[in-house]
Amino acid sequence: MAMPTTPSVPAPRTPRRLRGRTNTELYAWMFMRVSGVLLVVLIFGHLFVNLMVGDGINALDFAFVAGKWASPFWQIWDLMMLWLAMIHGTNGLRTIINDYAERDQLRFWLKVGLYTATTVTIVLGTLVIFTFDPCPPDAAAELLPSFCPAP
Amino acid sequence: MATATVEQAPAAADAVPSFQVTMRLRRFNPEQDTEARWEDHTLTMYGTDRVLDALHKIKWEIDGSLTFRRSCAHGICGSDAMRINGRNRLACKTLLKDLPLDKPVTVEPIKGLAVLKDFVVDMEPFFEAYRSIMPFLVTSGNDPSRERRQSPEDRARYDDTTKCIMCAACTSSCPVYWTDGQYFGPQAIVGAHRFIFDSRDEGAEQRLEILNDRDGVWRCRTTFNCTDACPRGIEVTKAIQEVKRALLFRRG
Repeated sequence: MAMPTTPSVPAPRTPRRLRGRTNTELYAWMFMRVSGVLLVVLIFGHLFVNLMVGDGINALDFAFVAGKWASPFWQIWDLMMLWLAMIHGTNGLRTIINDYAERDQLRFWLKVGLYTATTVTIVLGTLVIFTFDPCPPDAAAELLPSFCPAP
Repeated sequence: MATATVEQAPAAADAVPSFQVTMRLRRFNPEQDTEARWEDHTLTMYGTDRVLDALHKIKWEIDGSLTFRRSCAHGICGSDAMRINGRNRLACKTLLKDLPLDKPVTVEPIKGLAVLKDFVVDMEPFFEAYRSIMPFLVTSGNDPSRERRQSPEDRARYDDTTKCIMCAACTSSCPVYWTDGQYFGPQAIVGAHRFIFDSRDEGAEQRLEILNDRDGVWRCRTTFNCTDACPRGIEVTKAIQEVKRALLFRRG
């Protein structure tokens, strides 16, 4: 059977380039705005509770932190702060690298370093928040939060 | 008494004050120089003179090799955008008397585009970005037998961005454009805005898709350099934000 011989004419108004028809940059831009607003609330809430409520900064010690992380509310709060701040800052640094690193090689390696540092910090921070032991067995009792069982 | 009248006559004709001005020009001749160099000329200019007049005086009376673009010399053609005292302006719309004259007036080519000679830069990447956003009316169906009607309100929607004269002052003032050769630049986005918000045009979706690119509107850092630089007073940054908003809220 003979091939149909209808010529195919490309659309004359094909845009110059259509690589990557994704909304990645749109979502990144949106994320910066939304996370920025959330971070203002999270960070000022964090500062207020840690530095101003009750005894203020004088109350800050191991027991204070351990007490906070015994509550799921503060675990989630700190987890959100960690993730949002890290991703927000990483995305900001990514655009700065895009803006100012001119050579492709340099760009690539700077981003590899950036993403590695981000991943390590996020994973470590998340691990600490969820595996934190508020009552380490061989610690002096007066440093521990009040709910720890007496040794 | 006779001498007094003789002395008064030229004073009256010379009512426009004159002053000394040092023009510090960033010269580059590709046939001789390996790098751009500064060159000073001290001239006597008048209160009605613009930077362009000083450049003309140098070119016509001192050094004919000075090279720059200008056509209409009245702020319409957009040929003579240059960096004057570190800011992008049209040489034909900048009065010398408005600049601090105790210091030399520096004139440089606009940044971010390759310098060909003196103040002449290669505008091709700039025009290429403009072409890529399809700066023409896109419609479907048969052409109407008369003009395409539009209400004054619809016309007003994109009035600001129709003022563009394509002088490249905005694009070459953009720090992202300086370092990222792929970024469309403010002017191309202004050009797209003019059609995206035109009620007669049907190509908005395609243009938005082009500007949604990695090197499109999201590269904008909202530094307002472009708005400050525009000799036509176009609110360039606002136009870019409107395109961003259109991208965020399109197809419900």
